[in-house]
Amino acid sequence: MIRPTLQFLSPETVSRVVEEAIELLQDPGVRVHSQRALRLLGDHGAQVDLEAKVARIPADLVHRALETAPKSFYLYDFEGRPAVHYGGDNVHFDPGSAAIEILDHGAVTSRTPVTADFVRYIKLADSLLPMDGVSTALVCADVPEEIADLYRLYLVLLYTGKPVITGAFGVETWHVMKDLLVAVAGSEEALAEKPTAVFDVCPSPPLLWSEITCENLMDCARYRIPAELVSMPLAGATGPATLLGSVVQHAAENLSGVVIHQFTNPGAPIVWGGSPAAFDMRTGTTPMGAVETMMIDCAYAQVGKHLGLPTHAYLGMSDAKIVDAQCGFESGIGAVLGALAGINMISGPGMLDFESCFSLEKLVIDAEIVGMAKRLVAGVAERGIPLAVDLIRQVGHAGNFLANPHTRRWYREELFIPSEVMDRDFRRNWEAKGSKDVVRRAHERAEALIAAYEPRELPPEVVSELAAITLRAAQAAGMDRLPQRATSSEQRATSNQQPATSNQQRGARDER
Amino acid sequence: MNDELLQPLSQAVIDGDPDRARELAARALSAGADPLGAVEQVLSPAMEEVGRLYEEGEYFIPELVMAGEAMKAAMSVLGPEMVAREQVRSAPGVVVIGTVEGDIHEIGKSLVATMLEAAGFVVHDLGVDVPAAAFVSRAREVDADVVGLSALLTTTMRNQQAVIEALEEAGMRGRVRVVIGGAPASPEWAERIGADGYAENAREAVTVVRRLVGVG
Repeated sequence: MIRPTLQFLSPETVSRVVEEAIELLQDPGVRVHSQRALRLLGDHGAQVDLEAKVARIPADLVHRALETAPKSFYLYDFEGRPAVHYGGDNVHFDPGSAAIEILDHGAVTSRTPVTADFVRYIKLADSLLPMDGVSTALVCADVPEEIADLYRLYLVLLYTGKPVITGAFGVETWHVMKDLLVAVAGSEEALAEKPTAVFDVCPSPPLLWSEITCENLMDCARYRIPAELVSMPLAGATGPATLLGSVVQHAAENLSGVVIHQFTNPGAPIVWGGSPAAFDMRTGTTPMGAVETMMIDCAYAQVGKHLGLPTHAYLGMSDAKIVDAQCGFESGIGAVLGALAGINMISGPGMLDFESCFSLEKLVIDAEIVGMAKRLVAGVAERGIPLAVDLIRQVGHAGNFLANPHTRRWYREELFIPSEVMDRDFRRNWEAKGSKDVVRRAHERAEALIAAYEPRELPPEVVSELAAITLRAAQAAGMDRLPQRATSSEQRATSNQQPATSNQQRGARDER
Repeated sequence: MNDELLQPLSQAVIDGDPDRARELAARALSAGADPLGAVEQVLSPAMEEVGRLYEEGEYFIPELVMAGEAMKAAMSVLGPEMVAREQVRSAPGVVVIGTVEGDIHEIGKSLVATMLEAAGFVVHDLGVDVPAAAFVSRAREVDADVVGLSALLTTTMRNQQAVIEALEEAGMRGRVRVVIGGAPASPEWAERIGADGYAENAREAVTVVRRLVGVG
């Protein structure tokens, strides 16, 4: 069996991209707005201008950093099981991040999300099997901006046991977020041994590391918490208009990140990710659903694989403002291309409106897309030799394979079995069930999954510690108490239950 | 005026060719053209034509931006000569624009500046990471009608408020209108910080600024 793959670049072109990226790191170099990082680079042989905050990084530093960067690593779930395998052509998905708006079912106008919305989202993402990780997907407007990043992580840790994809908005808040992760893991060593979260760190195009992202990157390295490099050239605006030109700039920015990261702590886990985009030359927007955006993603992933690094991309998103046909086809194309490109972590499901607005209904629909994309890359398997000649002879001209044990033996492995969100019924039955379109069906599934959510079992002392850490940060930001997470009756109803059934559900239907 | 030079100058702006625009402007001057006349009768109509081509879907943002660059190149030659002759260009208004302190995001702000130029405004683009004091001093210096403040980050949008406060402290808030924009900004935010207008995108910015100066 061959794994279906997608490649845009010849090996010669990939090498050329890396060569030019390394040339860029020497001239004009990379802007680094962190004195700590500039000194680090200078100590290892980069030519540093402290005043201009520019580091010219020689090629041998890049090669040495690439040698120490791990080729693969695992993210663990919160029961200590390896859950996401970064490396090779393994494909995983997590919801897109980080929306500052949410779109309610039936609405055409989005609104700012609050804590209760985020909790509903986490319950849903936790329940959707095709989602391999849970991202901190919404920015809650009911807490001060100073703690918006760590507050999201706090809630995610309370409500899901899946690996977490997150990011910090500040230098100090990163450390609070690390403390939250340590509170669950037990110790810094345990967290480094079995990392449960990955932090996105985003250089600014072109060729700039802001102080916050640079410090986050180095702190991730220091504590061996995986970092995901998210370079984002906008082709024609903050990067070259040629797709390949933007791939070069992406490579230069990410390579500078690998250097800063690996020289901070050699061997710490790091991911070759990104969120580049085409640039819409009429409106000045950055379409995440444009096919060229997806092509840049797949091409840079190929470069990352060539360098021997785990990969990530933002795909499976749409620029549509509501959950409509544009939303479906853009998300579908992106998820499928990303899977074919063998990108290890694909962030995007649930996201609308240029990565700014989240829809629970879209997340539910995207889970079906993800199921199909994963099935696609599992390929057309040879289940035995001969392939079928004996079976077809045996069934003969009568032709009823349904009554043959062979069918029951294999169909569950051959078919991705979708949820009721996908309509494959006879028209009459569809009408009898209310003639509902996919958005309505997705809404009903979202509500059902949220209602059936089983709380995760965290030791009470861990819950108290998480709350104490978060409350301290909130108080420092001028907030006396944390927002109500749900209605009090909901909290009472869920507080005594055990998480057993959610695990059973997980085991019963593995769609990968 | 020398049409043989001025018509190609107009075309150089429409074509978005800064080198040619600069050269033709210089040749027009040495051939005795009046700099103010060249601006008002050639450059401004050329930019209006560019705006029209954009609205009609013929031009896209790159053509618009390059036309703006060509306009600036011609102005770099004509502007000093206008100052020397104490000429003042008639325009619907003077706009000082920039991205606020701490924020280095340029594209949205530059698009707004170009669109305003295309609409005939005199635009002073201060660039990115602009301190409040710089907005105030330039607005005073050029007697600005409107100050435009861009911010892309939630962490820097507060500096839009800082500029408004600085204008108040300088006693200029009475005659300078403030318009804000950028991803995290909103009409509600504009109201909260006492801005006079908010625009969602570059085209809307022109409408809002026109309204603020009373020509819309």
